[in-house]
This record gives sequence, structure tokens and C-alpha cells, in this order.
Amino acid sequence: MMMKVTKRCIWWVSAMVCASVLLSGCNSNTAEKPASGENVTIRLDQFSGNGESEEALKKMIAKFNEQHPDVTVELQSFGYDDYFTQLQSKVVGGSAADVFELNFENFVAYASEDVLLDVGGLMGDSSGFNQTALKAFQYKGKQLGIPNSFSNVVLIYNKDLFDKAGAAYPTDDWTWAEMLEAAKKVRALSQDTYGLYRPISFHEFYKGVKQNGGNLLSEDGKKFTVNLPQNVETLKIMSGWVKDSNIMPSDAQMGGMGDWDLFKSGRLGMIITGIWAFGDFADNCNFAWDVAMEPGNTTKATHFFSNAYVVNKETANPEAAAALAAFLSGSKEAAQIRVDSSWELPPVTYSDVLDFYLKVTPPENREAVFKSLDYLVTPPVVKQQSEMQEIITKHLNNAISGNVSAKDALDACQAELEQKINLE
Amino acid sequence: MYKKQGIKAFLFLLPSLAGLVLFNLIPIFVSLMLSFTDWSGMSRVRLFHGFFQFVGDKFVGVSNYSQLVKDSEFWAVLRHNAYFILLYLPLVLLFSLLVALIIQQKSRIAPVYRMLYYIPVLTSWVAGALIWKWMLSPEYGPINNVLASLGIKGPLWLQSEVWAMPSIVLASVWKDMGFYGMILLSGLLAINPEYYEAADIDGAGYFHKFKCITLPLLSPILFYVIMLSLINAFQLFPQIMVMTKNGDAGPNGATMVMVERIYKYAFKFGRMGYAAAWSWVLFVIIFAFTALQNVLQRKWVYYDT
Repeated sequence: MMMKVTKRCIWWVSAMVCASVLLSGCNSNTAEKPASGENVTIRLDQFSGNGESEEALKKMIAKFNEQHPDVTVELQSFGYDDYFTQLQSKVVGGSAADVFELNFENFVAYASEDVLLDVGGLMGDSSGFNQTALKAFQYKGKQLGIPNSFSNVVLIYNKDLFDKAGAAYPTDDWTWAEMLEAAKKVRALSQDTYGLYRPISFHEFYKGVKQNGGNLLSEDGKKFTVNLPQNVETLKIMSGWVKDSNIMPSDAQMGGMGDWDLFKSGRLGMIITGIWAFGDFADNCNFAWDVAMEPGNTTKATHFFSNAYVVNKETANPEAAAALAAFLSGSKEAAQIRVDSSWELPPVTYSDVLDFYLKVTPPENREAVFKSLDYLVTPPVVKQQSEMQEIITKHLNNAISGNVSAKDALDACQAELEQKINLE
Repeated sequence: MYKKQGIKAFLFLLPSLAGLVLFNLIPIFVSLMLSFTDWSGMSRVRLFHGFFQFVGDKFVGVSNYSQLVKDSEFWAVLRHNAYFILLYLPLVLLFSLLVALIIQQKSRIAPVYRMLYYIPVLTSWVAGALIWKWMLSPEYGPINNVLASLGIKGPLWLQSEVWAMPSIVLASVWKDMGFYGMILLSGLLAINPEYYEAADIDGAGYFHKFKCITLPLLSPILFYVIMLSLINAFQLFPQIMVMTKNGDAGPNGATMVMVERIYKYAFKFGRMGYAAAWSWVLFVIIFAFTALQNVLQRKWVYYDT
């Protein structure tokens, strides 16, 4: 008798354990589609809004709710460092938010995995969008993301240091040669003053290559062309800024200091960085500074960075989710709030909104931000994006440290990329 | 009677068994399956619903493994791991033995030493690695400043291809010597003091006693420490991620190691299947070394029974 009870006990306990295992495995949102007119909840995960800009985002959501009172938006914000790790596990586990944010680099990886919804037919009128930004988030002809912001890179310079060194301020038609001359004058001021900072990273290199008439990929994107002669020359010039003229500090000379901090400390003449630095520099620089278009060598080129909202393919409410994503990205109301809070550029073409952006100072020469838009280049985007970046960065560092020549570094880089990165 | 007890025991074991099955056995099995797929790690998977269908769809056979052995990166990574172990293992054994011998001294400040050596063990790797990163900074770090005051120009440490791995070894020995020192100390304290008394009467010197009494009687614990530190050494990871610039595996990939590669492939490069293959290869290597040690220990470990 006792035996039987025990046996039954075991059966029940194991059944419960199994059940709880199974249930915990699939307790995700298998919500049924609600009838129209009923309240729906849309979850939104994002990283670009934090601190002040998160407040701005909340204002945009409030505006959205004025038009869509039946949609409840659950906002969850993450720091950039944690965002993509948690996103990956949520997508794998099937509990990703209805709308979530992706940056340009991660977009292709997710787009090619068939986890994003085609919002082309759901986002409504898209004529107000900046078309470069909109196109960047198309994959195989489908609009899989809606750009919510974008930004580019300009030359920011310390006016006081330029005055002290007796150098002329940068103009929009400067090339690397003029930049080098001015940087040398600033570098000559003291042991600890540097002329230029422009990290020799993957991003700076692909742009530098474009500024010198080269390219990392062939026209059709099917072959790597990392070791073209123009590219070798670019790398020679860029590493020369560190090694030969030393207008730019080496890693050892930086001693772990951040590039923005170096600029804010007043010991750096010029820095090439994103327009999202404006807010920080305006608050924390106790000297005069301004911006100019970034100098190129044979031609101009500037970065294009963008984030987008995407809609989860498994969402129960695709219409509401797409409406939210489109509103936060492209509506005039949201764009105005974005500009008011000086939170990157809205990817729109409403001139009255953008005019307002120009009026905020410093910097005086905000016009340069818009002029640069004519020279946007997008990075080569391949499915193995991060892996490609790591390989290129490694070989660039080899050249800078002086272990190998620029030519050998790029030859080795080309060979490794051909072996490891599939461009199909 | 025994059967009944067995059933009861099973009932009590059930909670931890469930944990073992859920969080160890199932993941181990799943990772083995994944190592035969080209899954990116970025799309939906249901473990209890069509998992084998999923594996079948993404199945690529042993191509992850064949790609791995053909990849020169894999052999470079193995060399880095081996280099780390060759430097780390003797140093950590030597220093933890020294720590144990120092703490064993019956002096009044022994508890203070005991605490001092154990602090690094309790410190999180992130905090410890950040301190070492600063210590080893070529221009502003204290180590190179001290060297400079002696008229020696210090190396670039973490920024130099040659010195990057020794820098990691330095930090790792600092972190681990207290832990293994404590284990060795327990071994030292377990040695019957009568042996030393007898040796004293026979007029043996310190080193002779160390060689003929301490080392043989300590050998079981020493074996345990070697085993443990070797397994841990194969899995070195946090120090590399924190100490090298942006976690990018050092100048010219000088500090690329197995677990670092597994992490990058799984969570940065979107190649979960390939990462799973790497981790199974790591498992086989560790297993082989452990088995080998178990065979070799018969030659040198002395069990005092």
C-alpha cells in the first residue's frame, strides 16, 4: 500500500516538474489577436534614448497616445552595452518586444534571419523621410526598419588653440594637407598638446579610404578590395599622423584617456567625431569651439550613422506596432521634440523643423552638418559585420604599431577576409 | 527495504536533479546538436517543440569542425592558450606554495598575511583587471614609473604583442595565488608534525625536510591544485576581456584564447553553431589533459595511508 502511494507521489512530482519545465519554456506572449476597438499593449525596447532623451521619447509616446488612445505603450530602455545581448536572448526565446531598436550595423544580421516584419505597407506616407536613411533599412527590397534618427561626423576644433598657434580656422574646402599643417602648428604649442584626433578604427578607415578615392569592397559588393594602392596610401598617411608627425597621440600617449575628454581638457586642436558630441561639448568646454565639414584628400566623404525601429515578425498587433514605429520616427510632432531636446537629427525633410536645429549654438557653423549630408557614405554591410570589423581593426593596429608596413598589413587583411567572410 | 530507501532518496534528490537536467544536461546536449548546425544564434528556437526539425533544417554535418581545424586562427589560439599555461602554471604553483609556507609560520602577523593574500581572490575579476590595466599603463602606470626610476625603459605591456600575454599571466597569478595557497595550506597543516621532529633529531636541514617530507606528503593536494588550475587556465576569459583594449583580444590577436573566441563567435559574430563546435573541442582538450594527469599521477603522487 505504502509502496503504491510513494509511486504515485513520484509520478505526480515528476509530472509537475516536467509540466513546469515545458510551461516555463513557452510562457511567452502567445496573446490572441484582440478584437478591434479593444485596448492593445505594444512593448517597445530601445537604447538610444537615455537620460534627457528618454524623457523626450516619453513625450513622443504621449503625443502618439493622443492619436491612438487605445494603444498602451510599455517602454523599456537599456544601456547600449547591454542592449544587444538581452535582445539576442529575447529573440531566440521568442519574447522580443513588439517594436525594438536596431543600429545600422546589426540591422543586416537580423534582417537576414527573417525575424523582422516588412513594414512597407504599414508605415503609411513615407515621403517626409530622408530617402538615404530610409533606403539604408531596406533588405532585399523590403522595408524592414524605420530609421528614427541619424547623424554624421564633422571636424570640431578648439578656436582658442588655433588662435594661440596662429593657425587659420578650418574651412569647408580644406583637405588633409591643410589639416596637417594646422595640426602641426597646434602640436608645436607644448609637449602635451596634440593637433588632431581621429581614431584609426574600422569606421574611420573605410571613410578615409573613400576620401582618398578608394574602397574596401568592389562596386557590386562581391569582392574585397582592401589592398588597393589608394587604400595603402590612406593607411600610410593616417598612421603617419601618429608615427611621423605625431600630431595625433598614440594609445600609449593617450594613457587610457578618452578622445572626448582630451578635447574637453583643451589639449586637442581638432577632433573628428559625431554630431552627438555637441551637447556634451557645449556643456563641458570652457573655451570657444566650432565645427567645419570634414576634410578629405581627393574627395569628401562623411559617415552616416543611423538607428531604426523594427517590428517583431511575431507581434500580435502588427498594425499598431508599425504605427508606433512610424510615428516616433517620421511624424512632424516627434521630429520637433527630437530637435528640441538636441537628440541627433530626425530622419525627415520638414524644413521648418530642421531650421530650428540650426538656431541652437554652439557651434556657430551648424550649417556644416547639413552640407555634409551631400557626402554620406555607408559602411560596407555584410552579414558577418562584427567579424569583418574585428579582422580589419586588427590589421590596422598592426600597421600603426609599426610591426608591419601598411602594404603588408592590408595584404594580410585582404587574405584573411577572403578566407573568412562570405560575401554572398 | 533498500528499494524503498532508494525511492525516498530519489524524492529528496529530485530538486537538484531537476536543476542538473535543466541547466546542465539539456544545455550540454543542445550545444552538441548545435555544433552540427550553422545557426546564427539570432532567430527563434523552441526547445520542446520541433527542436530536431530545427536542427535538421540548419544541419551542416561536421563542417564546423572541419572548418575549425583548417582555420589558422584555431591553431594560433591553441598556441596562445598553451603559452599562457606554460607561464602561468609554474608561477602560480610556486607563488601559492610560498604563500602557504609564509602563512604557516606561527607568527603574530600570520592572520594579516592570510587576509592580504586572500583579498585578490575575493575581488571581482573586473575590478582586479581594471587595476592591473592601470598598473601596466606604459606612460602613466606605477610599474613603468618604478622601472624608469631604476633607469629601465619598461615595455608597452598590454599594447605590445610580446608582452600582452605575460601581462595577463601576471594579473592571473596575483589573483589566484591566495586561493591555491589556502588549499596548499590545508595540506601543509595535515602533515603530522612528528615527521619533522624525527627529522630534526636526525639533523636534517630545512630544504632536506621540505624535499623529503613536505613535498611527498603534500603531493595529493598538489595534484588537486595542478588539476584545478590547469582546467581553470584553459578557461581564462574575464581578464582578457577587461584588460585588452575594447576586449579586442590584444595587439595582432596576441591574447585570443579559446573561451574568448567562443564568446565572440556566439554573441558578437552571430555564428552560434561554430561557437558550439569550438566549445566541444575545448571540452575534449580539457578532458584529455585531465585523463592524462590521472594516469601520470600514479608516478608521483604519494598517498599516505
